[in-house]
Amino acid sequence: MISLNVNGKQHQIDADPNMPLLWAIRDILGLTGTKYGCGAAQCGACTVHMNGEAVRSCVTKLNRAAGQQIVTIEGLSANNNHPLQLAWNELNVPQCGYCQSGQLMSAAVLLRENLNPTDQDIDDAMSGNICRCGTYQRIRAAIHKAAHIQQEAAKI
Amino acid sequence: MSAPLSSIATTKRVVLFTMVSFITVIIMQSFKTETSLKNDDTKPVKDSIGSVKAFMSVYKVLMSPRCMNCHPSGEAPLQGDDSHIHTMNIKRGTDGKGMYAARCSNCHQNENTAGLHMPPGNPKWGLPPAKMKMVFQGRTPHQLALQILDPKQNGGRTKAQLIDHMANDELVGWGWHPGDGRTLPPMSRSAFVAQVKLWIAKGAYAPSAN
Ligand code: FES
Ligand code: FES
Repeated sequence: MISLNVNGKQHQIDADPNMPLLWAIRDILGLTGTKYGCGAAQCGACTVHMNGEAVRSCVTKLNRAAGQQIVTIEGLSANNNHPLQLAWNELNVPQCGYCQSGQLMSAAVLLRENLNPTDQDIDDAMSGNICRCGTYQRIRAAIHKAAHIQQEAAKI
Repeated sequence: MSAPLSSIATTKRVVLFTMVSFITVIIMQSFKTETSLKNDDTKPVKDSIGSVKAFMSVYKVLMSPRCMNCHPSGEAPLQGDDSHIHTMNIKRGTDGKGMYAARCSNCHQNENTAGLHMPPGNPKWGLPPAKMKMVFQGRTPHQLALQILDPKQNGGRTKAQLIDHMANDELVGWGWHPGDGRTLPPMSRSAFVAQVKLWIAKGAYAPSAN
């Protein structure tokens, strides 16, 4: 049995310790917001947080994830109200949407570590998240907007 | 009169004998010191030609993709046997472990992920930190030898610590266990370490600048 903590909930999973975390999240826990793109750490669609870092769950095995704090897109905020989700909604960022939970999870790490990211900071954080629909310009604009929302919220 | 005279002569002979013995002992001692220095095999024999020759073997390994790819001249790591710049705009960051959502260990596991073109891995995966970049790429043998020996540029390592790093560091060791589809450095790790030791034992000479 492998003990997994996902979105604050403890789960006991009967699975091979070499199983990719992504499989367990989607197929065993039924949290299908996290997507499978490449399975080779090349696209970022499967990005989740492990102890706050934006790991790629397709190459992270269960034995590495066991006992760690995992957060998926379903757990990014309580009411879909993370500043990034608000900005994403406002700017209609997604096209097909397939890459977007990975984009959001990566952007969340950027915004936590850098309250006012420049275009260069966005490039440095986000270049590993591929969008086949090419929504990059909207993603960039939305991250700037989210930073603004976050700063305004901090003032209140 | 004769008794005092003979006594003086005896005294003179004794003094002369003592002086001669003393000088002889000093001369012998000096030779002895010379000889023991030469025969002391704990003292390394300096040999600039042998030392440089050993370093050139070390250099070939350090400049192989398995070592050089994480010792780039720029801010991005390199990938593959052709040492192309890492895709995804990956950067060293301050601690050498990447930036924001692009931290090395987000993709690189504690071990190689199986399969061609899958991320290689090691618990210490990363580049040298920003304040101590230890660049290999583009360095001549002369430059690299001096850089490796300089504690201000080598992470504060003594020569003994350099040998230990090359011989025992697990991330250095990854170079010889690079996973599927990656070529090995041009000699075994033990042969490499032997050349590092030889380079240092023979005087740690840097190849000439030209
Ligand atoms: S599915 Fe994990 S990076 Fe593409
Ligand atoms: S929105 Fe379609 S892949 Fe990004």
